[in-house]
Amino acid sequence: MSKIEIKNVYKIFGDQPSKVLPMVKDGATKEEILEKTGHTVGLDDVSLSIEEGETFVCMGLSGSGKSTLIRHINRLIDPTSGEVSVEGTNVMDLDQKQLIEFRRHKMSMVFQRFGLFPHKTVLENVGYGLEIQGQKPEERNKTAMEKIESVGLNGFEHQYPNQLSGGMQQRVGLARALATNTDIMLMDEAFSALDPLIRSDMQKQLIDLQSELKKTIVFITHDLDESLRLGDHIGILNGGRLVQVGTPVEIIMNPADDYVKAFVKDVNRAKVLKAKVIMSSVNEANGVDKSNLIKINEDQFIDEFLPKVVCTNANCEVVDKNGNIKGYITNKELQSSLTKS
Amino acid sequence: MGKYKKYILYSLYLITFVTMVVVAYTTSKYRPESVLVLFTDLSWLGNWPKWLDLPLMPFLNEGFDKLIKEYGMFFEGINNFLLGLYTDMKNFMVGLPWPILMISVIVLCYFVSGRNIGTTIMVAFCVFFLGFLSPRYWDKCIMTTCIVVIGMLLCLVIGIPVGILMARNKKVRNAILPILDLMQTIPSFCYLIPGILLFGLGAVPAIFAIFVYAVPPLIRLTDLGIRLVDKEVVEAAEAFGANKKQKLWGVQLPLALPNIMQGINQCTMMALAMVVIASMIGTRGIGDEVLLGLQQLNVGMATEAGIAIVLLAIIFDRITQSYGEKIQARTHIKKNIKL
Repeated sequence: MSKIEIKNVYKIFGDQPSKVLPMVKDGATKEEILEKTGHTVGLDDVSLSIEEGETFVCMGLSGSGKSTLIRHINRLIDPTSGEVSVEGTNVMDLDQKQLIEFRRHKMSMVFQRFGLFPHKTVLENVGYGLEIQGQKPEERNKTAMEKIESVGLNGFEHQYPNQLSGGMQQRVGLARALATNTDIMLMDEAFSALDPLIRSDMQKQLIDLQSELKKTIVFITHDLDESLRLGDHIGILNGGRLVQVGTPVEIIMNPADDYVKAFVKDVNRAKVLKAKVIMSSVNEANGVDKSNLIKINEDQFIDEFLPKVVCTNANCEVVDKNGNIKGYITNKELQSSLTKS
Repeated sequence: MGKYKKYILYSLYLITFVTMVVVAYTTSKYRPESVLVLFTDLSWLGNWPKWLDLPLMPFLNEGFDKLIKEYGMFFEGINNFLLGLYTDMKNFMVGLPWPILMISVIVLCYFVSGRNIGTTIMVAFCVFFLGFLSPRYWDKCIMTTCIVVIGMLLCLVIGIPVGILMARNKKVRNAILPILDLMQTIPSFCYLIPGILLFGLGAVPAIFAIFVYAVPPLIRLTDLGIRLVDKEVVEAAEAFGANKKQKLWGVQLPLALPNIMQGINQCTMMALAMVVIASMIGTRGIGDEVLLGLQQLNVGMATEAGIAIVLLAIIFDRITQSYGEKIQARTHIKKNIKL
């Protein structure tokens, strides 16, 4: 069973969403609905499942409904119709009390503009989730300090958020989400407000933390490079519709429609594709010139071995980490994988 | 459904209006013998006809009489409670030797303002000048202060919860906003005089008037302050599973504090303004010195008392303002003030 399951979720904003719903189900477009009824379609028949321990990135331009989608998972927004289940529990079946317990123990959230409490110190901010759960100060401060250390903010615990830089503030946000030790983390454009260098730094930190913690992360972003870097699976939203779900490679190699194509057009493929994705396997690779071979690991990205290939004009032999030969890469494979479709 | 709701509402308005006109017509003693006359004799279209007169005045008078007769005990109870509070407070403060009272105020100011020497010295001068202007003023200022403080407490106890309710619920806000508009625009004598009928002469109708006059800004600013709290911050609290109480006390109220403090400050100033007007209905205090001066055409006397009122206002303002600033400095939200 998937960790998070979203089934046929519709969300319509306006006075009488249930009245407009049949129209949306009949396939009217977002613009038609807006013009005829004044309602805004947030999500249009979105279904997806997110597995335990993976990072699922939800991508789309602003207004595509990605922030709306993530808020359905912890029910900050109620769907107009459809079902959201987390670990097999339908979120819509929870009453107010259960919902509060569910938010306290099942998931935590990181916000685009950090959502920190300006009147609390870093330590109090990080311990907030635990405070809400009713933990005693000594206990929660201990956990909070551990998390502050894990995001590299020791020494700042008694500062207030507005005394910190943007990157540091988001680290506080991250530590706050980690402190409650929930299985699921929702990150709503968590790094979008940061400048590029710090963003890449934070991405790396998240990848490192994730390799250790193995949480289920739902990450929202409008930046394709970010989603390719972080995501095990990527879902692309357009105008409230989910247009494609797949691994980063699938998205790049087989974009589902023009919208996705436009998205992946400018991606540096050499940085995203790994040797094992583009190689032809041992059986297929008849007649490869094996006189001039260089060995590369199957997990290397193209841009890591491309310069070597160009300089030596050699073909590549792809091996796994035990040294077994898995396949070959010649100019032909390189050409077809790097050429934009 | 929503469309029909709108039409039902419109027709309700129409029905109410028509009923009012019909009631006005049928109860009027100036109405013509028959409705038909209206169609034959069109002179009523010239000047406003006498029969087109809503009988609001007798209705209100009856209602007010009924209120006094049937709920007199209730008002009596309020009156006794507030009067008791006022008398005890006033007697205690008047009973204190003036230097002790003066030093108490200065010490209070010193600690409340976060040990701000400048503010404390200024307040000390103001307090001293209250008696220095004229020895009679000392006791009168105490009376005025007691009325203002009790009125303000009443405003706080009722105003802040109402403001919170308004911020939470749009329907409550829509219901209360027109009442606040009414309270702020209706001339103060319209509730000063009925206040006498309800509570008798003296301090209590003044407290009542202060409440009506000074509570709207406090309610508005509390409501506004809570609604202005950054949505994402509130969302963060919700996402971590804060219940309503935790959200209110842990996040919304502390972050709305700059606005609420502003409201309290406004409330104090308006209370002080009202207590002077209230001297006209026989409330004792520094206001009656102004009144006396004006009645005797004694400009010097009126001005002197006016200065005392200004000094009193400065004392109140400095103490409440600096307390607000101190809280804001402590919570580090001063930079985020949005007005």
